[in-house]
Amino acid sequence: MMRPQSEEDLAGALAEATAPLRVRGGGTRDVGRPVVGDLLETGGLTGIELHEPGALTLVVRAGTPLSEVEAALDAHGQRLAFEPMDHRVLLGTGGAPTIGGVVAANVSGPRRIAVGACRDFLLGVRFVDGSGTIVKNGGRVMKNVTGYDLVKLMAGSWGCLGVLTEVSLKVLARPATEATLVATGKDAAAGVAALSAALTSPFDVTGAAHLAVEEGRSETRVRIEGMPGSVAYRIDALRAGPCAGWDVVRDDESAVLWTEVRDVAPLAARSGAVWRISVKPSDGPVLTAALAAQGIGEAALYDWGGGLVWLLVAEDGDAGAAAIRAQVAALGGHATLVRAAPATRAALPVFQPQSNGVAALDRAIRAKFDPRGILNPGLMD
Amino acid sequence: MEMPTPNQTVMAKRDKVVARLQEILPKGAVISDPAETRAYECDALTAYKCPPLCAVLPASTEEVAAILRVCHAEGVPVVPRGSGTSLAGGALPTEDCVILGVARMNAVLETDYANRFVRVQTGRTNLSVTGAVEEDGFFYAPDPSSQLACAIAGNIAMNSGGAHCLKYGVTTNNLLGVTMVLIDGTVVELGGAYLDAGGLDLLGVVCGSEGQLGVVTEATLRILRKPEGAKPVLMGFASNEVAGACVSDIIKAGVLPVAIEFMDRPCIRACEAFAGAGYPDCEALLIVEVEGAAEEIAEQLAVILEIARRHDPVELREAADADEAARIWLGRKSAFGAMGQINDYICLDGTIPVSKLPQVLRGIGELSAKYGLQVANVFHAGDGNMHPLILFDANLAGDLEKAEEMGAEILTLCVEVGGCLTGEHGVGIEKRDLMSKQFAPADLEAQMAVKDVFDPAWLLNPAKVFPLAASETRRMAAQ
Repeated sequence: MMRPQSEEDLAGALAEATAPLRVRGGGTRDVGRPVVGDLLETGGLTGIELHEPGALTLVVRAGTPLSEVEAALDAHGQRLAFEPMDHRVLLGTGGAPTIGGVVAANVSGPRRIAVGACRDFLLGVRFVDGSGTIVKNGGRVMKNVTGYDLVKLMAGSWGCLGVLTEVSLKVLARPATEATLVATGKDAAAGVAALSAALTSPFDVTGAAHLAVEEGRSETRVRIEGMPGSVAYRIDALRAGPCAGWDVVRDDESAVLWTEVRDVAPLAARSGAVWRISVKPSDGPVLTAALAAQGIGEAALYDWGGGLVWLLVAEDGDAGAAAIRAQVAALGGHATLVRAAPATRAALPVFQPQSNGVAALDRAIRAKFDPRGILNPGLMD
Repeated sequence: MEMPTPNQTVMAKRDKVVARLQEILPKGAVISDPAETRAYECDALTAYKCPPLCAVLPASTEEVAAILRVCHAEGVPVVPRGSGTSLAGGALPTEDCVILGVARMNAVLETDYANRFVRVQTGRTNLSVTGAVEEDGFFYAPDPSSQLACAIAGNIAMNSGGAHCLKYGVTTNNLLGVTMVLIDGTVVELGGAYLDAGGLDLLGVVCGSEGQLGVVTEATLRILRKPEGAKPVLMGFASNEVAGACVSDIIKAGVLPVAIEFMDRPCIRACEAFAGAGYPDCEALLIVEVEGAAEEIAEQLAVILEIARRHDPVELREAADADEAARIWLGRKSAFGAMGQINDYICLDGTIPVSKLPQVLRGIGELSAKYGLQVANVFHAGDGNMHPLILFDANLAGDLEKAEEMGAEILTLCVEVGGCLTGEHGVGIEKRDLMSKQFAPADLEAQMAVKDVFDPAWLLNPAKVFPLAASETRRMAAQ
């Protein structure tokens, strides 16, 4: 196992590496095709380099535990607005998530629909590529178009292009208050239609989810955050419009509802494989209905106004892969098999297969950044 | 400004290239008469001009693919062009290039309110995207100053921002997908009407790649519901430092205005003389705008005004109605025009950490004295994106060069304090040779490796973004 204590050590180790490496932050996100290789841990690269609350900027070494980052921000009333999911709940993994892992997997939560994904808050990166070269891109300022945006490319590259050593993030203030409007008993189509109505209102909805995890029961949720007067105004306005008759849950009780959505908690305890599917919001229920007609799908959690479907399926055969991918191909979108036994994940493409043109670009970029193919080989295939 | 020597082999077969393009395109889509190609000899960086080999104006993705196949086969460089509003020379031709203009491709292809997106051809102008949806209460958020004229194609190439991106983000944060033609004519779809990438985020790297990776012909853009209302306040301060501290305190307090604009004294005076907006005569002026319903605006402004009062403002003016709001914005919005009336100017675009504002403004003042050139500062203060305008006289021999030298020193200062060369205009030719100030050779190598993947022969907009010396081997190998 390698656990470099500095960027220079890491660069040296990668330059000299002769065999495949399994890159790991906290080890909480066991996603992708299983990788065979020596373990390379980033846990030695820790520490907050800069937190400037008045500039909404945080610069932090990649191996820093997420909890440390969140505590430092919280002390100044700030947070990571993209609300990264804690994969331990769904995957049953241990360990402590790192900020580098969040970025490498581009992990975002319910608020993604309003404020953007992890990649949208990522201002800069430093990383070591597969040849052992140290590269920086972006910076620590909010607006930066100087050269190509490799920052976005690194977000969600799952350690296949380089090992992150430092990330700069835009942070935002934690709003004074939040509230959630809740309705029950809607079918998926009606639930998603209601979410769409809320999201097309001028009332800055920051969470829009529909949970259909138990037969015959469902819950539809809409979140509002901000200053107290503004939250009260918008809750009233929504209840006078698209959310007429919905119940209101406030503050801590509201927060609990969204941690649950963020972590896909309602599916966690159920056995089976779990897919994460991104489609056009109105296609969410269309997709699940088409799959249900083929007997696929035991429970679904719709986030992002219907555009993110977490689907629980029986883990036998191909775990519904052929049917799911056919539907996604027809509708437009992508599907990732997030939770399944290693043997299942080894036998399937876990990430969405790309069109020929895009796949060729994808492969060529990986070959440029990791010419020897030693960084998490196969993980994204 | 140094440009590479035109490829003589390409120059020699100009007539053949024109003939092949005429064969595959409808009549009138190939412009080769030197009197007509002159219209494409520069963009908004008018100090540099060069007529292209010819210009083509395709009307569809298929025509773009056909053009690129010809240029690829013949080894002819291609410079993509939106509306030609680049301030960085992003669409400046070379003598041996074909200008590929997307202006004829301006249709709205799909409007979907329930899913909050529009799909357009990329020759469509920024403002007309909003124009297509605003009657139904929606808008497209990125709002560069040139939005009346600039095309979505150029916005994507440069990852354009605007005054309101403090809240809504820049182009990359509002771009869901593109149809892009690669240099060999391959058409790829990246992203779509759904969120995030299923594999590597290629869309993220295409946005802001200055037309060097492919030609984007269609785009899926996120649209938003218009807020119920908006209101600006005007704040005057006795020094740049105090105004800077006020910006920082507003951000720290957790209110996120949609815009915080900053003007310094030279800019205030010029705007006042030009537009008569009724600005106070002070050292620094902020325009802070918040959005929402009336009671939400009142709630946010209560916090903001309380912070402003702690910084002893010389003036604090809340717009009482739409007329007053328009007057507050009038001066700011006419800043560039006001400057253009008194002088020629270079508009810089560096970004700095907000906390370094007073230091950088002092540094700019010192450089202004050293070079004997006036500078007016107007910028997006909330995100540290500065637009120093260096005033010079184009008719005075050597004045432009002096202004450029001073601009380079200001941008170097931006980099030294932890910022960057360009926040929203792009590198183009203008900042190409300063890239080494911000990036180590390995950093540039990683970026050029991406271009190698998309455009192995370096035919797309080849003499931009990277210092000529850094890209020389690649460009020469291609020839």
